[in-house]
Amino acid sequence: MSYITDRKRVDGLGSSHSGVGHWMSQRVTSIALIPLSLLFLFPFIGNLGGGHAAMLETYAQPRHALIATMFFIVLCMHMYQGLQVVIEDYIHGHRLRIGMLVVNKLFWGSTAVIAVFAIAKIAFSA
Amino acid sequence: MVVENQGADANQGNRPLSPHLQIYRPQITSVLSILNRITGIAMALAMVLITWWFLAAATHQGYFDVADGFLTSWFGMLILVGSLWAFWFHFFNGLRHLRWDAVKGMGMKAVRRSGWIALVLSVVATVLCVIWAM
Repeated sequence: MSYITDRKRVDGLGSSHSGVGHWMSQRVTSIALIPLSLLFLFPFIGNLGGGHAAMLETYAQPRHALIATMFFIVLCMHMYQGLQVVIEDYIHGHRLRIGMLVVNKLFWGSTAVIAVFAIAKIAFSA
Repeated sequence: MVVENQGADANQGNRPLSPHLQIYRPQITSVLSILNRITGIAMALAMVLITWWFLAAATHQGYFDVADGFLTSWFGMLILVGSLWAFWFHFFNGLRHLRWDAVKGMGMKAVRRSGWIALVLSVVATVLCVIWAM
């Protein structure tokens, strides 16, 4: 039996200082990616190797620009979350682990910004 | 390792280490579990390349031709078709995970069955996509 009160158990969420938030957030991005990944995949395959003009024409359409933008944002979040767990599981040693977690966050944050910038430029300049 | 003090823990330094993955017979459950992680990690490369493809397209024609040329080269296609299978596997196996999160299909029989279904569907979807793209 535990002497800790229910209130105390919830405050600060114990030694891990976090609850199911990360796990739940991973499910949310994975559910969002079910439609987004499919909607992104087929136009991408269709435009691969099809030339610059055709690619610009596709992604200048608001429909494809918006799908691609939403896809990249959620994808980068999901990549960040997934790789974070992998690093936490397999990388030992405090410095290396913290370093890799920071690099992971910056990397996928930057990737999202670069992708959104590129799509916006294509969409707005056509 | 020579241990001088053999008092409380005679076997110190010579204990078996926890799970030796290589002594277990591979099973559909464990193999698909690790494949989910491997495919997720592997797709990072494809996503960086696809982001580069978009950035190149937004820059100018010459740069796009370089990126598009790399992705459609034999080496680029090797990465992309591999990632396509990784995507479909992660997609169908992810659906399995979401179903388990809803506490459905958790019996051993159901877990093995859905695993084989996800594996077969991932191969079929990859082949169909490649045929469609050609």
